[in-house]
Amino acid sequence: MTEKGPVTVSPRRLRREFVRRVKELSGQNLQLCYQCGLCSGNCPAASNMDISPRQIIELARLGLEEEIAGSQTVWVCASCLACAVNCPRGFDLAKLMEAIRLLTLRKNVDHIRPEDISPQERCDLPQIAMVSGLRKLTG
Amino acid sequence: MSLAYYPGCTLKTKARNLEEPAVASMEALGFKLDEVPRWNCCGAVYSLADDDLIHQVAPVRNLIRVKKHGKTELVTLCAFCLNSLKRANLLMKEDVEKRDALNNFIDEGIDYSGEVKVLHLLEVLRDEIGWDALAQKVKLPLRGLKAAPYYGCTLLRPREIAIDDVQNPTVLRGFLGALGASPVDFPESTTCCGSYQVVGSPGDIAEYARPILSSASSRGAEALVLTCPLCDYNLGRGQKELMAKQRGSREMPLFYFTQLLAVALGLGAQVCRFELNHGRPALLLEEKGLLSRREIVQPIGGQR
Amino acid sequence: MSAKQRKKKPVPTAVKEKEQITAKLIPIYIMGKRYEVPEGLTIMKAMEYAGYVLVRGCGCRGGTCGACGTVYRKPGDYKLQVALACQKTVEPDMYLAQIPFFPANRAAYEFAGLTAAPEEVFRLYPELFRCVACNSCTKACPQGVEVMDAVSALKQGAIAQAAQLSFDCIQCGLCTSRCFGELAQYHMFQLVRRIYGARIVPRAEHLADMVKAGNEGRYDRCLDELKRAKEDDLKKLYQNREIEPVEAGEDWKPKDTRYL
Repeated sequence: MTEKGPVTVSPRRLRREFVRRVKELSGQNLQLCYQCGLCSGNCPAASNMDISPRQIIELARLGLEEEIAGSQTVWVCASCLACAVNCPRGFDLAKLMEAIRLLTLRKNVDHIRPEDISPQERCDLPQIAMVSGLRKLTG
Repeated sequence: MSLAYYPGCTLKTKARNLEEPAVASMEALGFKLDEVPRWNCCGAVYSLADDDLIHQVAPVRNLIRVKKHGKTELVTLCAFCLNSLKRANLLMKEDVEKRDALNNFIDEGIDYSGEVKVLHLLEVLRDEIGWDALAQKVKLPLRGLKAAPYYGCTLLRPREIAIDDVQNPTVLRGFLGALGASPVDFPESTTCCGSYQVVGSPGDIAEYARPILSSASSRGAEALVLTCPLCDYNLGRGQKELMAKQRGSREMPLFYFTQLLAVALGLGAQVCRFELNHGRPALLLEEKGLLSRREIVQPIGGQR
Repeated sequence: MSAKQRKKKPVPTAVKEKEQITAKLIPIYIMGKRYEVPEGLTIMKAMEYAGYVLVRGCGCRGGTCGACGTVYRKPGDYKLQVALACQKTVEPDMYLAQIPFFPANRAAYEFAGLTAAPEEVFRLYPELFRCVACNSCTKACPQGVEVMDAVSALKQGAIAQAAQLSFDCIQCGLCTSRCFGELAQYHMFQLVRRIYGARIVPRAEHLADMVKAGNEGRYDRCLDELKRAKEDDLKKLYQNREIEPVEAGEDWKPKDTRYL
């Protein structure tokens, strides 16, 4: 994980609308989290993430939309739910990740394009990979 | 006895080696896996957003058609199909508002409220047949086969649809025990293989596979036992890439649980379609004296 | 409406028709504008009656070319209906627009190199896997094709099944215009019907024999006779041609066996 510099928090930077949308889409109470980090510890993809799963929750509830939007974390998440079943607070981080992805995908912006998947991969990948990949990473 | 059966797309092409031994084995156990008519894709991943109903349509439509077909139980083999169908079913059972919206939109002529019970074949084996009864039917016990159960994600998460204990599942251990094999537990048995990330980031897959394979191997496992075609693809591909980097390392064979079932029931290599597996898993069975050399179907050139 | 399909002053023939028409006039709305047209006309004829000159969005006028896909709605009903403009007769107060073309993704391929493997479709049309089984495509098909089921068959790798299910597709593209996943169903179906015809259906041996016989001059004499015939005689021959009855058995033969 790459260490990020300090994050500036100020009322001016708070994106209340972003917090509201994320809560609405995920159905999660962001205040449940007490930042224990079990989500990050259980995440098999954490080493590929620039912002850790735990930090994503903190940034989301601070409304720091730009930090999250500039991060690869939600696109690296494989929705394996290791975070969700291990959370001592019953917070479903996978749903938060999905909500943040959707805020981009619903603007008709895809994270991957089917035509960028190599022709060989399209033949080799099992259908469940293609269906789930395109559902999670295209809008 | 006939069981309504939902195969899923992948089992009709790349994972015939998961389906065909299952159908043959269940027949040997006195059950007919009766494919439901007019099924469509299950959607593979359950949508996690509260307002996203369009992505629940595919699994719900299947469930409605199963109800229309007059069945109350539906058996799946693919862990992804189980997950999306079972979660969508739970939604239809519990969320009245979304249930009405989905029923109205899908417009299949009948209303659905989660009446169909979605099962994985392992649950049928465990709960309807039972390990003791299964052990009685075994003709060729898999003695000496040290196999590590690998569950992956979708059989066990989220908690509400898990077919077993989320943290300490035992269903595959019981299954392997009934077949006479020696199950090897390892902590990474529920760690994600990378799932659909292989679509956008294929370069990361080997690193997902590494801890899973090395942990199982370091505990003495000679093979991994899988339930999911995407785990099979990712671990198989990851292992191939890792082996290319680390020459001389021994390949860990990957089996579908249904293949071991068919072998133990004495159905032979033919129904197992080992030519669709990664590497050459049948060689391990031959080493153990569980398959004769002439039975092993050689891998087809270029297959995977 | 395509660029070439433009509204002009009524052409003289239409004016002539208009003067002669005694049928009851009913109101329809073409792209939101009200016209009074004689009942009993097809949508296509009604558009021409109203003054449209159809250059694109009109082909065979016989319900098989797929150029005149039309979307319409009746007042008081939220549902969109679809039809082929050359087949459907106008109904009072229908609101309609033609969709003569849709910018759907069509893959380029060298057919000679294609096999009957399901992966050919996966490779050429990976967006296939974006289908959400919403069934909008089936609802939008003027031919009654079970479009969603055929898409399901493609995902399952059942090429023959997809080809058979989509047999009645005439490539109008209305399915695609309604697709949530932005699939090009009709192009995929054409691909699999080609694969099915060329790689899956057994070769018809008698066809090869007939082609060979044709090449060897077996039909030259009758073709020459036709070429020499006067137009009136040709018309007479056509009108009086003997047609094989629907219930004819395998051993049916025409009365005139000179050309067999």
